[in-house]
Amino acid sequence: MAADPATLINWGLLALEPPGWGGVLLGGLLNSIKIALGGYALGLLLGTGGAFGKLYGGPVLKDLLEVYTTLVRAIPELVLILLLYYAGTDLLNQLTAAMGYGPVDISGLAAGIFVIGVVQGAYSTEVLRGAIKAVPAGQIEAARAYGMAPTQIMRRITLPAMLPHAIPGLSNLWLIATKDTALLAVVGFSELTLVTRQAAGSTKAYLLFFCAAGALYLALTLVSNIVIRIIETRARRGMVAPA
Amino acid sequence: MTVETSTVEATALTELPGGRAFLKPHRIILLAIAVIAIFCMAWFMRWDWIPDYAGRLAQGGGVTLLMLFSTCILGFLFAVPLGLVQVTGPWPLKMLARTFCTIIRGTPLLLQLWLLYYGLGSLFPQFPAIRDSFLWPYLREAWPYGVAALTISFAAYEGEVMRGAFAGVPAGELEAARAYGMSRWKVFRRIWLPRAVHRALPTLNGETVLQLKSTPLVATITVVDAYAVISKIRQTTYLTYEPLLFLALIYLCLTAILVVAFRTLENKIPTRGA
Repeated sequence: MAADPATLINWGLLALEPPGWGGVLLGGLLNSIKIALGGYALGLLLGTGGAFGKLYGGPVLKDLLEVYTTLVRAIPELVLILLLYYAGTDLLNQLTAAMGYGPVDISGLAAGIFVIGVVQGAYSTEVLRGAIKAVPAGQIEAARAYGMAPTQIMRRITLPAMLPHAIPGLSNLWLIATKDTALLAVVGFSELTLVTRQAAGSTKAYLLFFCAAGALYLALTLVSNIVIRIIETRARRGMVAPA
Repeated sequence: MTVETSTVEATALTELPGGRAFLKPHRIILLAIAVIAIFCMAWFMRWDWIPDYAGRLAQGGGVTLLMLFSTCILGFLFAVPLGLVQVTGPWPLKMLARTFCTIIRGTPLLLQLWLLYYGLGSLFPQFPAIRDSFLWPYLREAWPYGVAALTISFAAYEGEVMRGAFAGVPAGELEAARAYGMSRWKVFRRIWLPRAVHRALPTLNGETVLQLKSTPLVATITVVDAYAVISKIRQTTYLTYEPLLFLALIYLCLTAILVVAFRTLENKIPTRGA
């Protein structure tokens, strides 16, 4: 085969219509974004609960949450994803069997969102816990002195006041979530990395497709960065600019 | 504390739980439940495959550790110039370093790994010059690509940390060193680098744990590390959970050892007020 780089690149392979694989790659990117969004949202929910539980919960809850965050932060995501993927689908199937239904077909999307969400939950627990601790205690005490209920304090004082402290960490977690979706390729979910490998494998244009996928991931990161900067300036309005 | 540091600490274990007053009454009950759960796992699950595969598991663990240490050391050697150039270098170098960090940090490691292994790996054989060179026997194996990808990734993430660490060394210390008549290189070697490394140590700990968490990815390009051995065991014994749980235990122990080692190292460095 010729070693001339100009002939090695066949741009037609990236065309959007079926002879090219561009449409397939974009579909994979869409799947990746869906999982990242879903997993991130689930992680935020778990993280908010986890952070409040770790700070204000009872001793047993605090310890259990500590075990959760310790395990997730010490074990590779790849291993966690495999464990959660099999354990989650197994548990769900046993549950439906116990309730009298047959085994259900779990969509890859739901399973992917679940595993990414559980992993992100532990990360955002830690980020949000730090942000909540940065809220001056006097503000929370004042709210309590006004006679607000704990949920009211959370909704009116703690959550809005911690947001500027949490946003830089949370935006990093979003970037991590988008990159973690690539790991789902190992369990066979057709997100961007896996479809790229399939496209590359069937056309033998490995370098072209992997570079194209890299450009898509990079574009996702850069666009995210712009959005994050807008959100950050909005959340920090009225605050002294950081030195 | 910078955002990078707090994010690393949120995603990697850098401190072992426990410490003061560990044995509170409720903890004894929780521990009892944990012991019962572990006993049930040991009793009702199948662990008889461990002796058969002990040798291969040890080899895989060795490969994992070798990957971890070689890429961390190599990556750190690249990270120092990357960070330094971003703080003090001329603007073309600064731009280059920043672009490198952005690209590597903006794309998944798995993709980079596959790009190197499948992409470059399929390109190399087309050049006779490479086929004839002494490097060819190595380039036909998988591990050089794994080492390269992990090194590049570690260098990019740690380069960002070193940039902050270099920038954070008080200017007065560097000026004092200059006033003593030290040359630029001597200032760097005696003051700037040691102080920056010291500042970066807590984050370095987290980055090393993150690197350990990334090593199983090399199994996807046929490097036989601990994860690959466990995958093989799962295929031959048809067990779903037991090998994975065992693997999780291995990584837990490795992380704990890393954290303790870094804590010892940090305590050895004398600091004012500590």
